[in-house]
Amino acid sequence: MLSRRLGPLWLGLGLLAALALPWLVYPPVALDIACWALFAVALDLLLGFTGLLSFGHAAFWGSSAYATGLVAIHTGLPFPLAVLAGAVVAMALAVPIGWLSVRRTGIYFAMVTLAFAQTIYFVVNQWGSVTGGENGLQGVPRELGGVDLSDPFVFYYWALPIVLLGIAAAWRIVRSPFGRVLVAIRDNPARVRALGYPVERYEVLAIVLSAGLAGLAGGLFAVGHGFASLQEVYWTTSGKVVIMTVLGGIGTLWGPILGAILLVLLEDQLATAGFDGINLVTGLVFVLVVLLFRRGILGTVRHLLLRRRDRRVPDPEPGVEPASAPAVEPAR
Amino acid sequence: MSPSPPAALQTFGLCKDFRGFRAVDGVDLTVAEGSVHALVGPNGAGKTTLFNLLTGFLRPTAGRIEVAGSDITGLPPDRVARRGVARSFQITSLFDQLSAREHVELALASGGGLGWRFWRSDRLLGRHRAGALDLLDRVGLAGVEAALAGTLPYGRKRALELAIALALDPRVLLLDEPTAGMGAEDVERTVELVRQVRGGRTVVLVEHNMSVVADLADRVTVLQAGTVLVEGPYAEVRQDPRVVEAYLGSATTGGATDAAR
Ligand SMILES: Nc1ncnc2c1ncn2[C@@H]1O[C@H](COP(=O)(O)OP(=O)(O)O)[C@@H](O)[C@H]1O
Ligand SMILES: [Mg+2]
Repeated sequence: MLSRRLGPLWLGLGLLAALALPWLVYPPVALDIACWALFAVALDLLLGFTGLLSFGHAAFWGSSAYATGLVAIHTGLPFPLAVLAGAVVAMALAVPIGWLSVRRTGIYFAMVTLAFAQTIYFVVNQWGSVTGGENGLQGVPRELGGVDLSDPFVFYYWALPIVLLGIAAAWRIVRSPFGRVLVAIRDNPARVRALGYPVERYEVLAIVLSAGLAGLAGGLFAVGHGFASLQEVYWTTSGKVVIMTVLGGIGTLWGPILGAILLVLLEDQLATAGFDGINLVTGLVFVLVVLLFRRGILGTVRHLLLRRRDRRVPDPEPGVEPASAPAVEPAR
Repeated sequence: MSPSPPAALQTFGLCKDFRGFRAVDGVDLTVAEGSVHALVGPNGAGKTTLFNLLTGFLRPTAGRIEVAGSDITGLPPDRVARRGVARSFQITSLFDQLSAREHVELALASGGGLGWRFWRSDRLLGRHRAGALDLLDRVGLAGVEAALAGTLPYGRKRALELAIALALDPRVLLLDEPTAGMGAEDVERTVELVRQVRGGRTVVLVEHNMSVVADLADRVTVLQAGTVLVEGPYAEVRQDPRVVEAYLGSATTGGATDAAR
Protein backbone atom coordinates (compact mmCIF):
# COMPACT_ATOMS: atom_id res chain seq x y z
CA MET A 1 0.00 0.00 0.00
CA LEU A 2 1.03 3.53 -0.79
CA SER A 3 1.42 4.80 2.76
CA ARG A 4 3.49 1.76 3.69
CA ARG A 5 6.05 2.26 0.95
CA LEU A 6 6.47 5.94 1.74
CA GLY A 7 6.41 5.19 5.46
CA PRO A 8 10.12 5.70 6.24
CA LEU A 9 10.19 9.01 4.37
CA TRP A 10 7.20 10.39 6.23
CA LEU A 11 8.54 9.05 9.50
CA GLY A 12 11.85 10.86 8.97
CA LEU A 13 10.12 14.12 8.07
CA GLY A 14 7.78 13.77 11.03
CA LEU A 15 10.62 13.21 13.47
CA LEU A 16 12.50 16.17 12.04
CA ALA A 17 9.44 18.37 12.44
CA ALA A 18 8.93 17.15 16.00
CA LEU A 19 12.53 18.00 16.87
CA ALA A 20 12.38 21.39 15.18
CA LEU A 21 9.03 22.37 16.63
CA PRO A 22 10.20 24.40 19.69
CA TRP A 23 12.38 26.49 17.34
CA LEU A 24 9.45 27.19 15.09
CA VAL A 25 6.81 28.00 17.65
CA TYR A 26 6.76 29.24 21.22
CA PRO A 27 8.01 26.21 23.29
CA PRO A 28 4.92 25.89 25.54
CA VAL A 29 2.80 25.79 22.37
CA ALA A 30 5.10 23.11 20.99
CA LEU A 31 4.43 21.01 24.06
CA ASP A 32 0.68 21.57 23.72
CA ILE A 33 0.88 20.40 20.12
CA ALA A 34 2.76 17.26 21.13
CA CYS A 35 0.27 16.40 23.89
CA TRP A 36 -2.80 17.05 21.77
CA ALA A 37 -1.28 15.12 18.87
CA LEU A 38 -0.92 12.04 21.06
CA PHE A 39 -4.42 12.59 22.45
CA ALA A 40 -5.88 12.79 18.95
CA VAL A 41 -3.97 9.68 17.85
CA ALA A 42 -5.41 7.87 20.89
CA LEU A 43 -8.92 8.90 19.86
CA ASP A 44 -8.28 7.81 16.28
CA LEU A 45 -7.60 4.31 17.56
CA LEU A 46 -11.29 4.20 18.44
CA LEU A 47 -12.86 6.53 15.92
CA GLY A 48 -10.81 5.65 12.86
CA PHE A 49 -9.80 2.07 13.50
CA THR A 50 -12.64 0.61 15.57
CA GLY A 51 -15.52 2.75 14.40
CA LEU A 52 -16.43 4.01 17.89
CA LEU A 53 -17.08 7.72 18.38
CA SER A 54 -16.13 8.54 21.94
CA PHE A 55 -17.44 11.89 23.01
CA GLY A 56 -16.04 11.51 26.48
CA HIS A 57 -12.32 11.19 26.01
CA ALA A 58 -11.74 14.08 28.39
CA ALA A 59 -12.49 11.52 31.10
CA PHE A 60 -9.21 9.76 30.32
CA TRP A 61 -7.07 12.77 29.49
CA GLY A 62 -8.42 14.67 32.49
CA SER A 63 -8.38 11.89 35.07
CA SER A 64 -4.78 11.24 34.14
CA ALA A 65 -3.96 14.95 34.34
CA TYR A 66 -5.26 15.00 37.91
CA ALA A 67 -3.80 11.62 38.89
CA THR A 68 -0.42 12.56 37.44
CA GLY A 69 -0.53 15.89 39.26
CA LEU A 70 -1.46 14.26 42.56
CA VAL A 71 1.24 11.62 42.25
CA ALA A 72 3.83 14.26 41.33
CA ILE A 73 2.80 16.54 44.21
CA HIS A 74 2.52 13.90 46.91
CA THR A 75 5.32 11.50 46.01
CA GLY A 76 7.84 13.66 44.20
CA LEU A 77 8.39 10.83 41.73
CA PRO A 78 10.19 11.64 38.46
CA PHE A 79 7.63 13.04 36.05
CA PRO A 80 7.67 10.12 33.57
CA LEU A 81 6.62 7.80 36.38
CA ALA A 82 3.91 10.21 37.52
CA VAL A 83 2.61 10.36 33.94
CA LEU A 84 2.69 6.58 33.73
CA ALA A 85 0.70 6.38 36.95
CA GLY A 86 -1.81 8.81 35.47
CA ALA A 87 -2.13 6.66 32.36
CA VAL A 88 -2.73 3.58 34.49
CA VAL A 89 -5.51 5.41 36.35
CA ALA A 90 -7.08 6.37 33.01
CA MET A 91 -6.90 2.75 31.83
CA ALA A 92 -8.44 1.48 35.05
CA LEU A 93 -11.26 3.97 34.60
CA ALA A 94 -11.70 2.84 31.00
CA VAL A 95 -12.52 -0.71 32.03
CA PRO A 96 -15.93 0.00 33.60
CA ILE A 97 -16.68 2.92 31.27
CA GLY A 98 -15.81 0.79 28.25
CA TRP A 99 -17.69 -2.21 29.52
CA LEU A 100 -20.86 -0.22 30.06
CA SER A 101 -20.70 1.81 26.86
CA VAL A 102 -19.90 -0.87 24.24
CA ARG A 103 -23.41 -2.21 24.65
CA ARG A 104 -24.51 0.85 22.70
CA THR A 105 -23.59 1.74 19.15
CA GLY A 106 -23.32 4.88 17.05
CA ILE A 107 -24.69 8.04 18.55
CA TYR A 108 -25.80 6.19 21.70
CA PHE A 109 -22.26 5.09 22.33
CA ALA A 110 -21.16 8.72 22.01
CA MET A 111 -23.86 9.82 24.45
CA VAL A 112 -22.96 7.20 27.05
CA THR A 113 -19.28 8.14 26.92
CA LEU A 114 -20.24 11.80 27.25
CA ALA A 115 -22.39 10.98 30.27
CA PHE A 116 -19.52 9.15 31.97
CA ALA A 117 -17.14 12.02 31.25
CA GLN A 118 -19.59 14.49 32.78
CA THR A 119 -19.80 12.25 35.85
CA ILE A 120 -16.01 12.43 36.18
CA TYR A 121 -16.20 16.19 35.78
CA PHE A 122 -18.79 16.35 38.55
CA VAL A 123 -16.67 14.22 40.89
CA VAL A 124 -13.51 16.25 40.25
CA ASN A 125 -15.43 19.49 40.79
CA GLN A 126 -17.05 18.31 44.04
CA TRP A 127 -13.99 16.65 45.49
CA GLY A 128 -12.30 20.00 46.12
CA SER A 129 -10.20 18.91 49.08
CA VAL A 130 -8.18 16.64 46.78
CA THR A 131 -8.52 18.20 43.34
CA GLY A 132 -8.66 21.87 44.23
CA GLY A 133 -12.21 22.12 42.86
CA GLU A 134 -12.74 25.17 40.69
CA ASN A 135 -9.20 26.41 41.25
CA GLY A 136 -7.75 23.28 39.74
CA LEU A 137 -4.79 21.33 41.04
CA GLN A 138 -1.97 23.84 41.44
CA GLY A 139 1.76 23.41 41.83
CA VAL A 140 2.39 20.21 39.88
CA PRO A 141 6.20 19.82 39.96
CA ARG A 142 8.45 18.78 37.07
CA GLU A 143 10.75 16.40 38.83
CA LEU A 144 13.48 14.35 37.18
CA GLY A 145 16.38 13.47 39.48
CA GLY A 146 17.54 17.03 39.89
CA VAL A 147 17.56 17.96 36.18
CA ASP A 148 16.47 21.57 35.73
CA LEU A 149 13.26 21.38 33.69
CA SER A 150 11.98 24.87 34.38
CA ASP A 151 12.70 26.01 30.82
CA PRO A 152 9.76 24.88 28.61
CA PHE A 153 12.21 24.53 25.73
CA VAL A 154 14.22 21.97 27.69
CA PHE A 155 11.17 20.22 29.06
CA TYR A 156 9.81 19.73 25.56
CA TYR A 157 12.73 17.48 24.68
CA TRP A 158 12.26 15.44 27.84
CA ALA A 159 8.57 15.07 27.16
CA LEU A 160 8.86 14.33 23.44
CA PRO A 161 10.12 10.72 23.84
CA ILE A 162 7.01 9.87 25.83
CA VAL A 163 4.78 11.31 23.11
CA LEU A 164 6.72 9.49 20.41
CA LEU A 165 6.54 6.23 22.34
CA GLY A 166 2.81 6.70 22.67
CA ILE A 167 2.40 7.32 18.94
CA ALA A 168 4.64 4.35 18.18
CA ALA A 169 2.45 2.20 20.42
CA ALA A 170 -0.63 3.34 18.49
CA TRP A 171 1.14 2.54 15.24
CA ARG A 172 1.97 -0.94 16.49
CA ILE A 173 -1.58 -1.54 17.69
CA VAL A 174 -3.22 -0.66 14.40
CA ARG A 175 -0.78 -2.90 12.55
CA SER A 176 -1.14 -5.87 14.88
CA PRO A 177 -3.42 -8.90 14.65
CA PHE A 178 -5.59 -7.05 17.17
CA GLY A 179 -5.65 -4.01 14.91
CA ARG A 180 -6.80 -6.22 12.03
CA VAL A 181 -9.72 -7.42 14.12
CA LEU A 182 -10.52 -3.81 15.05
CA VAL A 183 -10.67 -2.72 11.42
CA ALA A 184 -12.92 -5.69 10.69
CA ILE A 185 -15.18 -4.67 13.58
CA ARG A 186 -15.30 -1.14 12.20
CA ASP A 187 -16.29 -2.41 8.75
CA ASN A 188 -18.74 -5.08 9.87
CA PRO A 189 -19.22 -6.03 13.53
CA ALA A 190 -21.84 -8.69 12.84
CA ARG A 191 -19.51 -10.55 10.55
CA VAL A 192 -16.69 -10.45 13.10
CA ARG A 193 -19.05 -11.90 15.67
CA ALA A 194 -20.03 -14.67 13.28
CA LEU A 195 -16.35 -15.55 13.03
CA GLY A 196 -16.33 -16.24 16.76
CA TYR A 197 -14.63 -13.05 17.97
CA PRO A 198 -16.17 -11.56 21.13
CA VAL A 199 -16.60 -8.11 19.62
CA GLU A 200 -17.50 -6.26 22.85
CA ARG A 201 -14.38 -7.47 24.61
CA TYR A 202 -12.24 -6.39 21.70
CA GLU A 203 -13.89 -2.99 21.84
CA VAL A 204 -13.28 -2.71 25.58
CA LEU A 205 -9.59 -3.49 25.12
CA ALA A 206 -9.42 -0.89 22.35
CA ILE A 207 -10.98 1.66 24.69
CA VAL A 208 -8.56 0.78 27.49
CA LEU A 209 -5.54 1.08 25.19
CA SER A 210 -6.85 4.35 23.79
CA ALA A 211 -7.44 5.62 27.33
CA GLY A 212 -3.88 4.73 28.25
CA LEU A 213 -2.48 6.81 25.41
CA ALA A 214 -4.89 9.65 26.13
CA GLY A 215 -3.73 9.38 29.73
CA LEU A 216 -0.06 9.72 28.78
CA ALA A 217 -0.96 12.85 26.85
CA GLY A 218 -3.10 14.35 29.62
CA GLY A 219 -0.51 13.61 32.29
CA LEU A 220 2.26 15.25 30.29
CA PHE A 221 0.00 18.22 29.65
CA ALA A 222 -0.52 18.69 33.40
CA VAL A 223 3.19 18.41 34.15
CA GLY A 224 3.97 20.79 31.30
CA HIS A 225 1.56 23.43 32.54
CA GLY A 226 2.31 22.86 36.22
CA PHE A 227 -1.36 22.38 37.02
CA ALA A 228 -4.49 20.43 36.13
CA SER A 229 -7.63 22.46 35.59
CA LEU A 230 -11.30 21.53 35.40
CA GLN A 231 -11.03 22.28 31.69
CA GLU A 232 -9.18 18.96 31.38
CA VAL A 233 -12.28 16.95 32.32
CA TYR A 234 -14.80 19.27 30.66
CA TRP A 235 -16.79 18.16 27.62
CA THR A 236 -15.25 20.87 25.41
CA THR A 237 -11.97 18.96 25.70
CA SER A 238 -13.70 15.82 24.43
CA GLY A 239 -15.13 17.88 21.58
CA LYS A 240 -11.83 19.49 20.72
CA VAL A 241 -10.00 16.19 20.28
CA VAL A 242 -12.81 14.87 18.07
CA ILE A 243 -12.54 17.99 15.92
CA MET A 244 -8.76 17.61 15.57
CA THR A 245 -9.06 13.98 14.59
CA VAL A 246 -11.82 14.53 12.07
CA LEU A 247 -10.10 17.64 10.70
CA GLY A 248 -6.88 15.74 10.01
CA GLY A 249 -8.62 12.59 8.77
CA ILE A 250 -9.71 9.58 10.80
CA GLY A 251 -8.14 6.19 10.36
CA THR A 252 -4.80 7.61 9.27
CA LEU A 253 -2.81 8.31 12.50
CA TRP A 254 -0.94 11.08 10.63
CA GLY A 255 -4.19 12.96 10.16
CA PRO A 256 -4.92 13.48 13.86
CA ILE A 257 -1.36 14.76 14.35
CA LEU A 258 -1.88 17.27 11.56
CA GLY A 259 -5.26 18.20 13.01
CA ALA A 260 -3.70 18.81 16.43
CA ILE A 261 -0.99 21.02 14.96
CA LEU A 262 -3.48 23.11 13.00
CA LEU A 263 -6.00 23.52 15.79
CA VAL A 264 -3.51 24.31 18.56
CA LEU A 265 -1.78 26.85 16.29
CA LEU A 266 -5.10 28.39 15.31
CA GLU A 267 -6.16 28.73 18.91
CA ASP A 268 -2.80 30.16 19.87
CA GLN A 269 -2.99 32.76 17.09
CA LEU A 270 -6.48 33.76 18.10
CA ALA A 271 -5.55 33.95 21.78
CA THR A 272 -2.48 36.08 21.07
CA ALA A 273 -4.62 38.40 18.98
CA GLY A 274 -6.88 38.79 22.00
CA PHE A 275 -9.82 37.21 20.25
CA ASP A 276 -12.18 35.56 22.71
CA GLY A 277 -14.47 33.63 20.35
CA ILE A 278 -12.07 30.72 20.00
CA ASN A 279 -14.70 28.04 20.41
CA LEU A 280 -16.81 29.70 17.76
CA VAL A 281 -13.98 29.62 15.23
CA THR A 282 -13.08 26.03 16.13
CA GLY A 283 -16.69 25.07 15.68
CA LEU A 284 -16.87 26.79 12.30
CA VAL A 285 -13.72 25.02 11.14
CA PHE A 286 -15.33 21.75 12.15
CA VAL A 287 -18.55 22.49 10.28
CA LEU A 288 -16.57 23.42 7.17
CA VAL A 289 -14.54 20.22 7.30
CA VAL A 290 -17.58 18.03 7.81
CA LEU A 291 -19.42 19.75 4.97
CA LEU A 292 -16.60 20.12 2.47
CA PHE A 293 -14.34 17.16 3.01
CA ARG A 294 -15.78 14.53 5.24
CA ARG A 295 -12.63 12.48 5.14
CA GLY A 296 -10.52 15.21 6.69
CA ILE A 297 -7.37 16.62 5.16
CA LEU A 298 -5.23 13.49 4.95
CA GLY A 299 -8.22 11.26 4.25
CA THR A 300 -9.13 13.42 1.26
CA VAL A 301 -5.58 13.35 -0.08
CA ARG A 302 -5.40 9.59 0.32
CA HIS A 303 -8.77 9.11 -1.31
CA LEU A 304 -7.69 11.12 -4.34
CA LEU A 305 -4.48 9.11 -4.63
CA LEU A 306 -6.31 5.80 -4.29
CA ARG A 307 -8.86 6.83 -6.86
CA ARG A 308 -6.10 7.51 -9.33
CA ARG A 309 -4.65 4.10 -8.60
CA ASP A 310 -8.00 2.32 -8.83
CA ARG A 311 -8.55 3.64 -12.31
CA ARG A 312 -5.68 1.50 -13.47
CA VAL A 313 -7.26 -1.66 -12.08
CA PRO A 314 -8.91 -3.68 -14.91
CA ASP A 315 -12.67 -3.94 -14.88
CA PRO A 316 -14.20 -6.97 -13.13
CA GLU A 317 -15.52 -9.74 -15.29
CA PRO A 318 -18.96 -8.89 -16.69
CA GLY A 319 -22.18 -10.78 -16.20
CA VAL A 320 -21.94 -11.82 -12.56
CA GLU A 321 -23.28 -8.69 -10.96
CA PRO A 322 -26.99 -8.65 -10.17
CA ALA A 323 -28.93 -5.45 -10.55
CA SER A 324 -29.37 -4.90 -6.85
CA ALA A 325 -28.72 -6.43 -3.47
CA PRO A 326 -31.60 -8.08 -1.60
CA ALA A 327 -33.22 -6.85 1.60
CA VAL A 328 -31.56 -5.92 4.85
CA GLU A 329 -30.34 -8.07 7.70
CA PRO A 330 -29.98 -6.97 11.33
CA ALA A 331 -26.78 -5.01 11.80
CA ARG A 332 -25.54 -6.48 15.05
CA MET B 1 -39.42 -43.58 21.31
CA SER B 2 -36.13 -45.31 20.68
CA PRO B 3 -32.89 -43.69 21.81
CA SER B 4 -30.92 -42.22 18.91
CA PRO B 5 -27.77 -40.10 18.62
CA PRO B 6 -28.55 -36.41 19.11
CA ALA B 7 -29.29 -34.43 15.99
CA ALA B 8 -26.57 -32.03 14.82
CA LEU B 9 -29.06 -29.25 15.18
CA GLN B 10 -32.50 -29.26 16.65
CA THR B 11 -35.10 -26.65 17.50
CA PHE B 12 -38.12 -27.00 19.73
CA GLY B 13 -41.08 -24.70 19.26
CA LEU B 14 -38.88 -21.87 18.06
CA CYS B 15 -40.67 -18.51 17.76
CA LYS B 16 -39.60 -14.98 16.91
CA ASP B 17 -41.84 -11.93 17.13
CA PHE B 18 -41.02 -8.56 15.61
CA ARG B 19 -43.28 -6.08 17.36
CA GLY B 20 -46.26 -8.38 17.33
CA PHE B 21 -45.50 -9.85 13.91
CA ARG B 22 -44.56 -13.51 14.24
CA ALA B 23 -41.79 -14.17 11.68
CA VAL B 24 -40.93 -17.63 13.00
CA ASP B 25 -43.80 -19.54 14.48
CA GLY B 26 -43.21 -22.72 16.46
CA VAL B 27 -40.58 -24.31 14.27
CA ASP B 28 -39.47 -27.83 15.22
CA LEU B 29 -36.50 -28.59 13.03
CA THR B 30 -34.29 -31.65 13.24
CA VAL B 31 -31.14 -31.74 11.19
CA ALA B 32 -29.41 -35.12 11.22
CA GLU B 33 -25.69 -35.32 11.81
CA GLY B 34 -23.78 -35.25 8.54
CA SER B 35 -26.78 -34.46 6.36
CA VAL B 36 -27.42 -31.65 3.94
CA HIS B 37 -30.71 -30.06 4.84
CA ALA B 38 -32.33 -27.53 2.56
CA LEU B 39 -34.61 -24.81 3.82
CA VAL B 40 -36.91 -23.48 1.14
CA GLY B 41 -39.89 -21.21 1.04
CA PRO B 42 -41.04 -17.95 -0.48
CA ASN B 43 -39.43 -14.63 0.38
CA GLY B 44 -40.50 -13.51 3.82
CA ALA B 45 -41.11 -17.08 5.01
CA GLY B 46 -38.67 -16.55 7.87
CA LYS B 47 -35.63 -18.47 6.61
CA THR B 48 -33.09 -15.76 7.34
CA THR B 49 -34.74 -15.02 10.67
CA LEU B 50 -34.43 -18.69 11.53
CA PHE B 51 -30.71 -18.53 10.67
CA ASN B 52 -30.33 -15.45 12.84
CA LEU B 53 -31.96 -17.34 15.71
CA LEU B 54 -29.78 -20.40 15.18
CA THR B 55 -26.60 -18.31 15.24
CA GLY B 56 -27.46 -16.09 18.18
CA PHE B 57 -27.96 -12.89 16.18
CA LEU B 58 -31.54 -12.83 17.35
CA ARG B 59 -32.95 -14.03 20.64
CA PRO B 60 -35.95 -16.33 20.28
CA THR B 61 -39.23 -15.11 21.73
CA ALA B 62 -39.89 -18.71 22.72
CA GLY B 63 -38.42 -22.14 22.13
CA ARG B 64 -35.10 -23.86 22.43
CA ILE B 65 -32.10 -24.59 20.18
CA GLU B 66 -29.74 -27.51 20.64
CA VAL B 67 -26.46 -28.27 18.91
CA ALA B 68 -25.42 -31.91 19.22
CA GLY B 69 -27.71 -32.24 22.20
CA SER B 70 -26.52 -29.22 24.17
CA ASP B 71 -28.64 -26.13 24.66
CA ILE B 72 -27.32 -23.00 22.94
CA THR B 73 -30.45 -20.86 23.27
CA GLY B 74 -29.53 -17.28 24.07
CA LEU B 75 -25.79 -17.63 23.50
CA PRO B 76 -24.24 -14.64 21.71
CA PRO B 77 -23.10 -15.16 18.10
CA ASP B 78 -19.40 -15.47 18.89
CA ARG B 79 -20.06 -18.24 21.42
CA VAL B 80 -22.34 -20.04 18.96
CA ALA B 81 -19.60 -19.80 16.35
CA ARG B 82 -17.13 -21.31 18.79
CA ARG B 83 -19.55 -24.19 19.34
CA GLY B 84 -18.90 -25.11 15.73
CA VAL B 85 -21.82 -23.43 13.99
CA ALA B 86 -20.71 -21.16 11.16
CA ARG B 87 -22.87 -19.21 8.78
CA SER B 88 -22.69 -17.25 5.60
CA PHE B 89 -24.88 -14.21 5.17
CA GLN B 90 -27.60 -13.78 2.58
CA ILE B 91 -26.51 -10.19 2.10
CA THR B 92 -22.86 -10.31 1.27
CA SER B 93 -21.24 -9.17 4.42
CA LEU B 94 -17.55 -8.48 4.12
CA PHE B 95 -14.91 -6.03 5.28
CA ASP B 96 -14.42 -3.45 2.56
CA GLN B 97 -10.91 -2.51 3.57
CA LEU B 98 -9.47 -6.02 3.87
CA SER B 99 -8.20 -8.16 1.03
CA ALA B 100 -9.73 -11.53 0.23
CA ARG B 101 -6.75 -13.27 1.81
CA GLU B 102 -6.97 -11.14 4.94
CA HIS B 103 -10.61 -12.16 5.32
CA VAL B 104 -9.78 -15.82 5.35
CA GLU B 105 -6.76 -15.30 7.60
CA LEU B 106 -8.96 -13.51 10.08
CA ALA B 107 -11.41 -16.39 10.04
CA LEU B 108 -8.64 -18.98 10.39
CA ALA B 109 -7.15 -17.03 13.31
CA SER B 110 -10.40 -16.80 15.23
CA GLY B 111 -9.87 -20.11 16.98
CA GLY B 112 -6.59 -19.23 18.68
CA GLY B 113 -5.99 -16.14 20.79
CA LEU B 114 -4.03 -14.45 18.03
CA GLY B 115 -6.50 -11.61 17.67
CA TRP B 116 -5.67 -10.25 21.11
CA ARG B 117 -2.01 -9.61 20.35
CA PHE B 118 -1.89 -5.86 20.00
CA TRP B 119 1.84 -5.78 20.63
CA ARG B 120 2.82 -8.02 17.71
CA SER B 121 3.06 -7.27 14.02
CA ASP B 122 0.11 -8.23 11.86
CA ARG B 123 2.58 -10.29 9.86
CA LEU B 124 1.90 -12.85 12.54
CA LEU B 125 -1.36 -13.56 10.72
CA GLY B 126 0.82 -14.73 7.87
CA ARG B 127 1.03 -18.11 9.59
CA HIS B 128 -2.44 -18.68 8.17
CA ARG B 129 -1.44 -17.52 4.73
CA ALA B 130 -1.02 -20.96 3.21
CA GLY B 131 -4.34 -22.14 4.62
CA ALA B 132 -6.03 -18.99 3.37
CA LEU B 133 -4.64 -19.33 -0.15
CA ASP B 134 -5.69 -22.96 -0.21
CA LEU B 135 -9.28 -22.11 0.73
CA LEU B 136 -9.41 -19.26 -1.76
CA ASP B 137 -8.24 -21.66 -4.41
CA ARG B 138 -11.00 -24.12 -3.52
CA VAL B 139 -13.74 -21.51 -3.93
CA GLY B 140 -12.25 -20.35 -7.21
CA LEU B 141 -10.69 -17.15 -5.92
CA ALA B 142 -7.07 -17.99 -6.68
CA GLY B 143 -5.44 -14.95 -8.20
CA VAL B 144 -7.61 -12.33 -6.54
CA GLU B 145 -6.38 -12.89 -3.01
CA ALA B 146 -4.90 -9.40 -2.86
CA ALA B 147 -8.02 -7.59 -4.06
CA LEU B 148 -9.94 -5.55 -1.50
CA ALA B 149 -13.27 -7.25 -0.87
CA GLY B 150 -15.12 -4.05 -1.71
CA THR B 151 -13.79 -4.19 -5.27
CA LEU B 152 -14.75 -7.81 -6.03
CA PRO B 153 -17.70 -8.52 -8.33
CA TYR B 154 -20.78 -9.92 -6.66
CA GLY B 155 -20.35 -13.58 -7.53
CA ARG B 156 -16.86 -13.55 -6.12
CA LYS B 157 -18.01 -11.90 -2.95
CA ARG B 158 -20.40 -14.81 -2.51
CA ALA B 159 -17.54 -17.24 -3.01
CA LEU B 160 -15.51 -15.34 -0.42
CA GLU B 161 -18.45 -15.60 2.00
CA LEU B 162 -18.28 -19.33 1.59
CA ALA B 163 -14.51 -19.43 2.06
CA ILE B 164 -14.78 -17.52 5.34
CA ALA B 165 -17.45 -19.83 6.68
CA LEU B 166 -15.39 -22.85 5.68
CA ALA B 167 -12.30 -21.38 7.30
CA LEU B 168 -14.01 -21.83 10.66
CA ASP B 169 -14.08 -25.58 9.99
CA PRO B 170 -17.55 -25.82 11.50
CA ARG B 171 -19.48 -28.91 12.49
CA VAL B 172 -22.63 -27.24 11.26
CA LEU B 173 -22.48 -24.94 8.26
CA LEU B 174 -25.42 -22.63 7.62
CA LEU B 175 -25.50 -21.15 4.14
CA ASP B 176 -28.03 -18.45 3.39
CA GLU B 177 -28.65 -18.43 -0.37
CA PRO B 178 -25.05 -19.21 -1.30
CA THR B 179 -25.75 -19.17 -5.03
CA ALA B 180 -27.97 -16.09 -5.19
CA GLY B 181 -26.90 -13.82 -8.01
CA MET B 182 -24.28 -16.24 -9.31
CA GLY B 183 -23.79 -17.15 -12.92
CA ALA B 184 -24.35 -20.79 -13.96
CA GLU B 185 -20.67 -21.62 -13.77
CA ASP B 186 -20.27 -20.27 -10.24
CA VAL B 187 -23.42 -22.09 -9.15
CA GLU B 188 -21.95 -25.33 -10.39
CA ARG B 189 -18.70 -24.69 -8.61
CA THR B 190 -20.52 -23.88 -5.38
CA VAL B 191 -22.58 -27.06 -5.57
CA GLU B 192 -19.42 -29.04 -6.18
CA LEU B 193 -17.73 -27.31 -3.27
CA VAL B 194 -20.55 -27.95 -0.82
CA ARG B 195 -20.53 -31.57 -1.87
CA GLN B 196 -16.78 -31.67 -1.30
CA VAL B 197 -16.76 -30.05 2.12
CA ARG B 198 -19.70 -31.87 3.57
CA GLY B 199 -17.61 -34.88 4.59
CA GLY B 200 -18.58 -35.28 8.25
CA ARG B 201 -20.17 -31.87 8.31
CA THR B 202 -23.78 -30.94 8.62
CA VAL B 203 -24.99 -28.36 6.15
CA VAL B 204 -28.17 -26.32 6.31
CA LEU B 205 -28.84 -24.48 3.11
CA VAL B 206 -31.34 -21.81 2.22
CA GLU B 207 -31.72 -22.08 -1.53
CA HIS B 208 -34.18 -20.93 -4.14
CA ASN B 209 -32.56 -22.77 -7.00
CA MET B 210 -34.40 -26.11 -7.05
CA SER B 211 -31.83 -27.93 -9.10
CA VAL B 212 -29.26 -27.06 -6.44
CA VAL B 213 -31.61 -28.40 -3.78
CA ALA B 214 -32.21 -31.56 -5.82
CA ASP B 215 -28.47 -32.03 -6.26
CA LEU B 216 -27.43 -31.49 -2.69
CA ALA B 217 -30.17 -31.96 -0.16
CA ASP B 218 -30.88 -35.14 1.77
CA ARG B 219 -33.91 -33.55 3.32
CA VAL B 220 -35.95 -30.48 2.63
CA THR B 221 -37.99 -28.32 4.98
CA VAL B 222 -40.51 -26.01 3.41
CA LEU B 223 -41.22 -22.93 5.46
CA GLN B 224 -44.20 -20.72 4.91
CA ALA B 225 -45.22 -17.72 6.96
CA GLY B 226 -42.89 -18.81 9.74
CA THR B 227 -44.18 -22.36 10.06
CA VAL B 228 -43.04 -25.70 8.67
CA LEU B 229 -45.33 -26.61 5.79
CA VAL B 230 -43.74 -29.94 4.87
CA GLU B 231 -40.57 -31.79 5.75
CA GLY B 232 -39.03 -34.82 4.09
CA PRO B 233 -36.72 -36.10 1.35
CA TYR B 234 -36.65 -33.90 -1.74
CA ALA B 235 -38.36 -36.48 -3.94
CA GLU B 236 -41.30 -36.62 -1.56
CA VAL B 237 -41.51 -32.95 -0.80
CA ARG B 238 -41.59 -31.92 -4.43
CA GLN B 239 -44.66 -34.04 -4.98
CA ASP B 240 -46.54 -33.02 -1.87
CA PRO B 241 -49.73 -31.39 -3.10
CA ARG B 242 -49.53 -28.61 -0.50
CA VAL B 243 -46.07 -27.74 -1.67
CA VAL B 244 -46.94 -27.93 -5.32
CA GLU B 245 -49.82 -25.63 -4.72
CA ALA B 246 -48.12 -23.22 -2.40
CA TYR B 247 -44.73 -22.92 -3.81
CA LEU B 248 -42.89 -25.52 -5.80
CA GLY B 249 -45.37 -25.71 -8.66
CA SER B 250 -43.06 -25.00 -11.53
CA ALA B 251 -40.12 -26.94 -10.09
CA THR B 252 -41.97 -30.26 -10.28
CA THR B 253 -41.84 -30.03 -14.02
CA GLY B 254 -38.06 -30.17 -13.67
CA GLY B 255 -35.28 -27.75 -14.40
CA ALA B 256 -33.62 -25.01 -12.43
CA THR B 257 -36.43 -22.77 -11.43
CA ASP B 258 -36.07 -19.79 -9.22
CA ALA B 259 -39.21 -20.40 -7.20
CA ALA B 260 -38.91 -17.11 -5.37
CA ARG B 261 -40.11 -15.12 -8.32
N1 LIG C 1 -35.26 -7.28 12.09
C1 LIG C 1 -36.53 -7.39 11.68
N2 LIG C 1 -37.48 -6.54 12.15
C2 LIG C 1 -38.77 -6.67 11.75
N3 LIG C 1 -39.19 -7.57 10.86
C3 LIG C 1 -38.30 -8.42 10.33
C4 LIG C 1 -36.93 -8.38 10.71
N4 LIG C 1 -36.28 -9.36 10.04
C5 LIG C 1 -37.19 -9.97 9.28
N5 LIG C 1 -38.41 -9.43 9.46
C6 LIG C 1 -39.65 -9.87 8.83
O1 LIG C 1 -39.78 -11.24 9.08
C7 LIG C 1 -40.26 -11.90 7.94
C8 LIG C 1 -39.31 -13.00 7.54
O2 LIG C 1 -38.16 -12.42 6.97
P1 LIG C 1 -36.91 -13.27 6.54
O3 LIG C 1 -36.54 -14.17 7.64
O4 LIG C 1 -35.87 -12.34 6.04
O5 LIG C 1 -37.51 -14.11 5.32
P2 LIG C 1 -36.77 -15.00 4.23
O6 LIG C 1 -35.31 -15.06 4.56
O7 LIG C 1 -37.44 -16.30 4.29
O8 LIG C 1 -37.01 -14.33 2.91
C9 LIG C 1 -40.45 -10.85 6.85
O9 LIG C 1 -41.80 -10.47 6.84
C10 LIG C 1 -39.58 -9.72 7.32
O10 LIG C 1 -40.12 -8.50 6.92
MG1 LIG D 1 -33.67 -14.52 3.51
